Amino acid sequence: MTPSLRPQAAADAAAPLPWWRNRRLIPWLAQGLVGLLVLVVVAFLVGNLVRNLTAAGLLLSWGWLDNPSGFDIAETLLPYNAGLPYWRALLAGLVNTLRVVIAGLVGATVLGTLAGTAAFSSNGLLRRLARIYVEVVRNIPLLLQLVFWYFVVFLQLPNGDAALQLPGLVLAKSGLYLGHTELVNGVWQGSLRFTVEFGALLTGLVVYTGAFIAEVVRGGVAAVPAGQWEAARSLGLSKVQTLRRIVLPQALRVIVPALNSQYISLAKNSSLAVACGYTDLYSVAETTLNQTGRAVEVVLILLAAYLVIDLLISALMNGLNSCVQLKER
Amino acid sequence: MSVSSPPPRTASPPPLHRLRRELFATPLDGVISIVLLAGLSAAAVAFLHWATSQARWAVIQANSNLFAIGRYPLEQQWRLWLLVTLLAGATGLSWGLLRAWPRADRRAQPWPRNDSIAAALLGAISLYVPLALHAQPGIQVRWWAITALLLLLRAAAGRWGALVPQQLRPMLALIWPALYLIGMVLISGGLGLMQVPAAEWGGLMLTLVEASFAILLCFPLGVLLALGRRSALPLLRWGSVLYIEFIRGAPLITLLFLGQNILGFLLPGGLAPDRVWRAAWVLTFFAAAYVAEAVRTGLAALPPGQLEAARSLGLSLPQALLHVVLPQALRVALPATVGQFITLLQDTTLLSLIGLLDLLGIARTVMANPAFLGRNAEVYLVLAILFWCCCAALGLGSRALEHRLNPSTLATNTTALKA
Repeated sequence: MTPSLRPQAAADAAAPLPWWRNRRLIPWLAQGLVGLLVLVVVAFLVGNLVRNLTAAGLLLSWGWLDNPSGFDIAETLLPYNAGLPYWRALLAGLVNTLRVVIAGLVGATVLGTLAGTAAFSSNGLLRRLARIYVEVVRNIPLLLQLVFWYFVVFLQLPNGDAALQLPGLVLAKSGLYLGHTELVNGVWQGSLRFTVEFGALLTGLVVYTGAFIAEVVRGGVAAVPAGQWEAARSLGLSKVQTLRRIVLPQALRVIVPALNSQYISLAKNSSLAVACGYTDLYSVAETTLNQTGRAVEVVLILLAAYLVIDLLISALMNGLNSCVQLKER
Repeated sequence: MSVSSPPPRTASPPPLHRLRRELFATPLDGVISIVLLAGLSAAAVAFLHWATSQARWAVIQANSNLFAIGRYPLEQQWRLWLLVTLLAGATGLSWGLLRAWPRADRRAQPWPRNDSIAAALLGAISLYVPLALHAQPGIQVRWWAITALLLLLRAAAGRWGALVPQQLRPMLALIWPALYLIGMVLISGGLGLMQVPAAEWGGLMLTLVEASFAILLCFPLGVLLALGRRSALPLLRWGSVLYIEFIRGAPLITLLFLGQNILGFLLPGGLAPDRVWRAAWVLTFFAAAYVAEAVRTGLAALPPGQLEAARSLGLSLPQALLHVVLPQALRVALPATVGQFITLLQDTTLLSLIGLLDLLGIARTVMANPAFLGRNAEVYLVLAILFWCCCAALGLGSRALEHRLNPSTLATNTTALKA
């Protein structure tokens, strides 16, 4: 570099940069512009919403939640009847959703773990069967599976004497009876009864999510290097001990984070309950909307409820995750 | 050095020996095998008994037209036949050309073994299905002719595709977007064709229109959202995060519900699209959030040095993203993205819950017909097979594309060719 160029360079550096060439300013300006545009669009939409809702006499209000709902819910855990207000109906729906979600989480985890570990069986038939289960279930829409379980399986169950009877368990078209069961005038009675709607939804969710969890479990176990198995066996640990003490703790580090998203999708998928006649939160909300026309409030309630359920599951799984992760100082 | 050396062959044990090792390695395995075999054969016998003696397939045969296209006006159905013919032609052409123009490191192979199997399978299905459906003779002949066209074009393109000059080849990829636009015009009307309102579309056609529309639009949207989520600009980043997490936190059915019931309030009167298109837009915006997450994993897998190197070579940010970052990230994200497309195709069944006549919706109306009451099993079985085939085909296509784009085989093999 020749010295004669230096004064020129210094002059360049000293001259104030025009603002449109400022590398720091421009992105912020662009960002502000995009933000402004989004704000304008949102304001436009909200303005429309308020204007249209006012015209329809449906401006945001929550007072209608106290009006009597006037519709019945087939099965509830909370005491409920048609004379109770809407918020009680929605609450009963929420409890129904939680019930099927919790039962589904347990069932899908058990089925998924079984199918996922079956992929490592020494029995070739069992391995292939697990593979076929996953491939079949994952490529068929959940909604189709739900209506199949409900209309083709559960609604075709026989009633009365012909019902499927095991000690302490009766499966009939009128429901699943547990505990002490007896037939009174052709109608089954039991200490615990679940409807076929609940049964169909639960079966569908468990079978569907179980296939995804099986893949998660299979991936987690496969992620443990084969050397870990061999080392444990050569130390004299039995196969069960190896699985419990060596492989599982390492596999869980991979499995638990992936399970979180499967659990959340199960919770969201439970909203398809309406397809098999189970009155969950969404189903109650739909009826409520049809009766009151309060679209905005109902959608807000739905979104908030599912968001809270998702966050709860995430919080639980994050707690579990911190238990299984490698403890480092 | 050979381009592809076959793996060393190990002597495979005799079949009976293998069967014993697979099924009866230990006493416990033997018991499991026997129980499973007994259960499986009992299930197979029961199913065959049902399928041949109890099932009444008339519900499918009598309504095949409804399942395919819903209540599309009869006198306008020639447009759909034309579209199917064009699609079959384009498929045959693309299939053959893919084989005639192999990757730089491969030798062209006009008829690999898998293609022969696929062609034979396709021929057998198209020969059998119209017969099994008891379709009118005219319709049967049309299907056979369309299949023959597909296979003929496949053979011709495979045979003479190499003669197409190199400069023209990328142009031919444009037939697909062009065909998509032509297809939309043929289906909906306009340009001199009679309008067929979306409310009259249905069946498999509606399912495919909704799914393809959402797949095409959600992909660019998802890529933008993923880039936004990784942007250094806080407003962009937090906007993307907020959108993605909001969508992923809500079940699709509540969003469809929102689209059907609130969109009309949000837009000035008369501007809101009709119910079919509302659902299509909701599906698009829904899937975009999931595609964004798939793409984000691809972006995260890329070392930051790639972007820095591209920038220090003097590429602008859009250039660096377009030519360096995205090609690599999208290749990593391909399986997860196609997985989302498959989910999207399955999610179109939810349209039946908001009263649209997609494949499942039309099935419900058919079964509400007193003549076909209680024929659920037959209908759902056929629907399940249809969906399974579509989803499995998408998955297979994704794996083939992944293989074709795999840089490790490409790099080693091209150097081998040069050497």
